[in-house]
Amino acid sequence: MDGKNIKYRIGKSNVAQIVTTIFAFACVIPLLFILGFILKAGITKINWHFLVSIPKPVGESGGGIVNALVGSILIILCASVIAIPIGILAGIYLSENGKSRLAYWCRLCVDILQGVPSIVIGIIAYFWLVKPLGGFSALSGSVALAIMMLPIVIRSTEETLKLLPSSLQEAAFALGMPFHRVMFKVVVPVGISGILSGVMLAIARITGETAPLLFTAFGNPYLSYNITKPMQSLPHLIFDYATSPYDDWKNLAWGASVILLLWVLLLNIFTKLITRKWKVQL
Amino acid sequence: MDTSAKNGVITRSDLPLRVINSTPETISRAQKKVRRSFRQIRTETVFRRTLTIMGLIMIILVLGILLTLIIQSLPSIKSLGLKYLWGKVWDPVQDIYGAWPFLLGTLLSSFLALIISIPFSLAVAIFLGEYYPKGWMPDFLKNAVELIAAVPSVIYGFWGLAVLVPIVRNLENHIGVEPVGVGIFSSSLILAIMIIPYAASLGRSMIQMVPSPLKEAAYGLGATRWEVIRSVVLPYTKSGLFAGILLSLGRALGETMAVTMVIGNTSLIPKNIFAPGNTMASVIANEFTEADKPVYLSALIELGLVLFLVTVVINLIGKKIIDRFTNE
Repeated sequence: MDGKNIKYRIGKSNVAQIVTTIFAFACVIPLLFILGFILKAGITKINWHFLVSIPKPVGESGGGIVNALVGSILIILCASVIAIPIGILAGIYLSENGKSRLAYWCRLCVDILQGVPSIVIGIIAYFWLVKPLGGFSALSGSVALAIMMLPIVIRSTEETLKLLPSSLQEAAFALGMPFHRVMFKVVVPVGISGILSGVMLAIARITGETAPLLFTAFGNPYLSYNITKPMQSLPHLIFDYATSPYDDWKNLAWGASVILLLWVLLLNIFTKLITRKWKVQL
Repeated sequence: MDTSAKNGVITRSDLPLRVINSTPETISRAQKKVRRSFRQIRTETVFRRTLTIMGLIMIILVLGILLTLIIQSLPSIKSLGLKYLWGKVWDPVQDIYGAWPFLLGTLLSSFLALIISIPFSLAVAIFLGEYYPKGWMPDFLKNAVELIAAVPSVIYGFWGLAVLVPIVRNLENHIGVEPVGVGIFSSSLILAIMIIPYAASLGRSMIQMVPSPLKEAAYGLGATRWEVIRSVVLPYTKSGLFAGILLSLGRALGETMAVTMVIGNTSLIPKNIFAPGNTMASVIANEFTEADKPVYLSALIELGLVLFLVTVVINLIGKKIIDRFTNE
């Protein structure tokens, strides 16, 4: 630094700032390209017929994605039913027994679970459910997705409940309320916005997951409501049809991509609104 | 009153007035109250136990995942041994299994993606953490970067297949390598975009944690803004930034769908970074349902086991560094 002109140093600082800004905003460019391209390619494929009919076989144009829509909704619903109660209860456990040895290991396992590649979870669901039950099923896909939801729900529940003032709980205990009622009538209702945004984030994340569904829900070209049978889902349909050589199928995949993108974006925006309204810190 | 109670005989005068004056209805009401309290206490115990069980379930889940992977990959560990990991040929038809092409493919694509993404994620972290922490422009950038993480990977893959692969093919024509388009380079580009948010958001919060007295002292000594960043902020947050990069790497290693769609899926050892290849995750996704022989299937699961262990170790190191950083 010594010996160098102050003007040179300020100039260098300004250049560094400009370069940083350019690099930072350069990240947004591919995102805008991707969103723009998907919307442009897919939005024209969407109409009423697209939403209510099943895909046509190769060679026939038209067809829709209703089987994937219904399948995605059912699979996510089942996954939520499994993951949300377990996740919230485990989150309460961690926030209430933060210092115990079991809680330490539990937290470690949640951390590990958060980093497990989704394809490995698919393998696990295959051996835990698909093989014993004797066939691919939407239910096994739901379990795989539920395992992926758990860490997010647990973490958000724990972090939210930890931030609540302990006087709240103490007041309820002083009134003679039993532990479970303090939790369900006082603590959880106060922290519901944080828990809810965690749940929404988790749903947004699993909506786009394909890898765990490859060997569990497996996919199905027909409309099916039976969760013990193979079922199609939106990301799976996109993967199958995007890698197929037929233009009709690719068109279906573009349309499905727009729907999936809008779904995920809406969930994210909704979560943002919740966190902003109740000023939750995640 | 004391004497009669000691003798074990309870006379009428020992009972509280409330009980003496009680009618049968009030007695049954009191009994109900007692019963309700007991029920509440029982529920409370059950509830506490349920919570503990939920905590246990998480541990059992992770141990179960590990055990399942180990048990299912035992046939391949037994018959192929350690040389499986650096076997150079993967030919299931002739029962030759070597994981080296996939290990190499995974390492190449992930590290290339990491190198491409580091300048960008670092720039976002410095920009949001130091230059402009507040305002509409940084808010926009922050939301956009979060959006990058929210877009499903299958959509990145589809876009890569439709847009990026032709561009890369053109580029390959220009520089004179075999123009395939799909390959490790394409998947690294996609991965680089996808992993920016992880390092960026962590780096931002780390940079915001730098104590302002440190920075003010440097300013007071006459340092320019860039000098403060280079010689105070970055050295202070070094370990935190490293943790962010580790977490990004963990993501890149395990990413499946986008990579599967653009990497080309051949089991040959990639000759250069433009050649098609396969990663551990993509070969599992492609061949798992086709694996007809027990050893074939279990060789794939062993890949899953390796992937699991590597990502777990990387994530745990990253988390440890972050914990140490935030506690300091």
